[in-house]
Amino acid sequence: MITTLFRFKGGVKPASHKDESAQVQITQAPLPSRLVVPLRQSAGGTPLPLVSTGRRVLKGERIGAPEGNFSSAIHAPTSGRVVAVELRMLPHPSGLSSLCVEIETDGEERWIDLAPVNYEAETPDTLRNILRDAGVVGLGGATFPSHLKLKPGASGCIETLIINGAECEPWITCDDRLMRERADEIARGIAILRHIVSAGRVLIGIEDNKPQAIAALRAAMAQAEGVDVVPVPTRYPAGGERQLIRVLTGIEIPYGRYGTDFGVQCFNVATASSVHRAIDLGQPLISRIVTLAGNVERPGNVETLIGTPIDALLKLAAPRADTDRTIMGGPMMGFTLPRTDLPVTKATNCILAASPALFPLQGDEMPCIRCGACTLVCPAELQPHELYWFSRAKNFGKAQEYGIFDCIECGCCAYVCPSNIRLVDYYRFAKSSMRTLEREKTAADAARERYEFRTARDEREKTEKAARLAAKTAAGRQAAEGAGAVKAAVAPAATAFAEEKPLAALDERKKALIAAAMQRVQSQMAGVQPKNIDNLTPEKQAEIREIEARRVKVRELAKTPPDEPV
Amino acid sequence: MANSPHVHLPISVRVIMLKVLLALVPGIAVYVWFFGAAILVQIALASAAALLGEAAMLRLRGKPLSLFLTDGSALVTAWLIALTFPPIVPWWLIVSATFFAIIVAKHLYGGLGQNPFNPAMVAFCISIIAFPALMSQWPAVGFTDFAAQMHVIFQSQSPQDAVTMATPLDALRTQLHSAAARATVAGILGSHATFGNIGGKGWEWIALAYLAGGLWLLQQRIITWHVPVAFLGVLAAIATAFSLANPDSYAGPTFHVITGGAMLGAFFIATDPVSGATTPRGKLIFATGVALLTWIIRTFGAYPDGMAFGVLLMNLCVPLIDMRTQPPVFGHKDDKRGDDKQGGGTP
Repeated sequence: MITTLFRFKGGVKPASHKDESAQVQITQAPLPSRLVVPLRQSAGGTPLPLVSTGRRVLKGERIGAPEGNFSSAIHAPTSGRVVAVELRMLPHPSGLSSLCVEIETDGEERWIDLAPVNYEAETPDTLRNILRDAGVVGLGGATFPSHLKLKPGASGCIETLIINGAECEPWITCDDRLMRERADEIARGIAILRHIVSAGRVLIGIEDNKPQAIAALRAAMAQAEGVDVVPVPTRYPAGGERQLIRVLTGIEIPYGRYGTDFGVQCFNVATASSVHRAIDLGQPLISRIVTLAGNVERPGNVETLIGTPIDALLKLAAPRADTDRTIMGGPMMGFTLPRTDLPVTKATNCILAASPALFPLQGDEMPCIRCGACTLVCPAELQPHELYWFSRAKNFGKAQEYGIFDCIECGCCAYVCPSNIRLVDYYRFAKSSMRTLEREKTAADAARERYEFRTARDEREKTEKAARLAAKTAAGRQAAEGAGAVKAAVAPAATAFAEEKPLAALDERKKALIAAAMQRVQSQMAGVQPKNIDNLTPEKQAEIREIEARRVKVRELAKTPPDEPV
Repeated sequence: MANSPHVHLPISVRVIMLKVLLALVPGIAVYVWFFGAAILVQIALASAAALLGEAAMLRLRGKPLSLFLTDGSALVTAWLIALTFPPIVPWWLIVSATFFAIIVAKHLYGGLGQNPFNPAMVAFCISIIAFPALMSQWPAVGFTDFAAQMHVIFQSQSPQDAVTMATPLDALRTQLHSAAARATVAGILGSHATFGNIGGKGWEWIALAYLAGGLWLLQQRIITWHVPVAFLGVLAAIATAFSLANPDSYAGPTFHVITGGAMLGAFFIATDPVSGATTPRGKLIFATGVALLTWIIRTFGAYPDGMAFGVLLMNLCVPLIDMRTQPPVFGHKDDKRGDDKQGGGTP
């Protein structure tokens, strides 16, 4: 089968450094004594904790329930005892804390009762729910819940399934090793994914610097119809979802739209493998392969339980003495960890030990000379230098007009910038500022709406009250005219309801109380005299006298008995 | 704490500027061969003035001296000034012009990366307006006596007519405009020793050396093809059209492309990233404008060469050109919104 390849514009070719870690087989990381499992490990909401301190959990037991449909479940990676459910710092550039479950492992690795499913007998909806409850999320780094990506979008169906084995970031080899060693797992996962979306065609894109992985997947997919393993040119960021879709199908998915809207969807090879485990074996996603590389003596890949402390894990690779930073992810898009005692999450594809020699800090930032090197390498086909000027000037409207949200933060522009400008930092700043402004605006809009609603309600109530008062006044006048008649009519009716006390007595007592209260009010009113009116003009004083007269009239009116309780 | 990316190409502003300087070396070597070592003195004078002006302005503006003084940008400006000025102008003219370029055209606008006008061309235009006679004082081919040249440069003595002559562009214009003789382009170019084989004795070889340096810059990806191709192409096209229509009054494409500042401008001046357009279409429009203005000023204007004015006038248009030529963003190519950039909305 021949697939015509398309090109994405831009891209760079940094030194790959993959050989160091790609030569060694995947090993199993030792079970740590404690695991810290963050409940928030995917896009969407934070799952609600299902366990509390002291509770014993089994391997694979759900400890976090997906909140709504837009999140994914979290499971205990091994058996043991919950020792804490509390806020802990996450391995995230923000350095923010979120609810984590700390488990003291018991070393027994006792599984829950696994419930494998024959996928061919199940409906796509059931399979999607299983994936959600098994905590399957994209393992390429974005950790988007997989069940959501399997819903057909605007186009109604997903004809082409793209499997991403490009792994374009330098140093990282976890997908490469997975493809070499577990191609059959990936193949089964692909079959399930294909079944769920009934895709006619599957394209597996792998950068052509991984011939063994390509061969392994070709062998594993030999029997499958309509499946192509396509070597794609090695050029960062060929493994970016939109870039790979472009290379394999020619379709460009703009920011804010999803592949499903165009009849394509893309999954990482490791995600496919975890789909297989979730459905065929009933095992939730509790571990992942992590590349340990950089300034280390023994680079390689380790199958790691989620929640394993990163520093303990990195020790397996024996970092060299001059290691000064630890990076999670690759050198192009990874971030420097604020601390190394943070846990491995579903997003941790690589831990890089960094040294000043290996990843030298950039030189001093110079002014932009508009050389256009960034424009040539931008895979989103933006004008990075323009976005830089606008971001720097906080001209966010312009930045947005020039497509700052189309930026995928791949870092190509900053990689080539001769002026050493940390371009991506400027874009992050502009984007987050805009999001904050948007949030503030939404909050302000909500507050204004609330205020307007309340004002309208107060207004309405006031009008209603005035109307009622007017009606009452009118009725009061009538009542004054025929007070005796009304009383005569009311009294017998009321007597009919009275059971214990004679109504007349009650009536008298009430009347006395009311009369007393009225007198008190009257005496108070009499005591209150208009003030500061001595120096007024005669006209003003006349006006005041008029007002006073009106007030007296109102008081008189108020004295007339109401015809019904207010 | 460093953010991503954690790796970086070993490239810097200094490397770019040094490569530009290196690409000028073949042209300078041929220059020396035909017109003597005076040009080296002028380059040295301009470089010294540029660095001095740069240092003074950096200090006044409170900028780090070591970082910016070594970026090479002032030297590029200095060399271009020296190469566009006659090599035997008095020393004070080249020094003050360079000061003006660095202090006014560069630093008063905000320094490196901020100047809307090409500083070297500002220096050229100011000087040719203020000192038209001195700026038209070009050495004759063969006037390579270093001592005599130094005498002209430093003693500010008017050189004898024997050692100066008009440039090919100047000579052509003067003779075409002198009503006395019924001169034709072919007659003038063929009869005069000034004009060499295709575009001026000596000058044509210097231009070819600039072309070689420019092609190397292209190969090094310091510049893109857009500006040189559009500039030389449009200049050749308009020259061809007019010379075909009236070969007696209009010089042909080879003459226009090889002579004057055309080749230096095509690869080294109009390609200045700071003051030029940045989008691919913008670069084409920018270079087309420079070429048209150059030809018009050369043919109908009062100045012998129009390159410098063409560049400055088009520098003025750059913000508009860039704004109106933004290429579509990935995934937004079908969006219909004219030339305006189409980006995504807020998330």
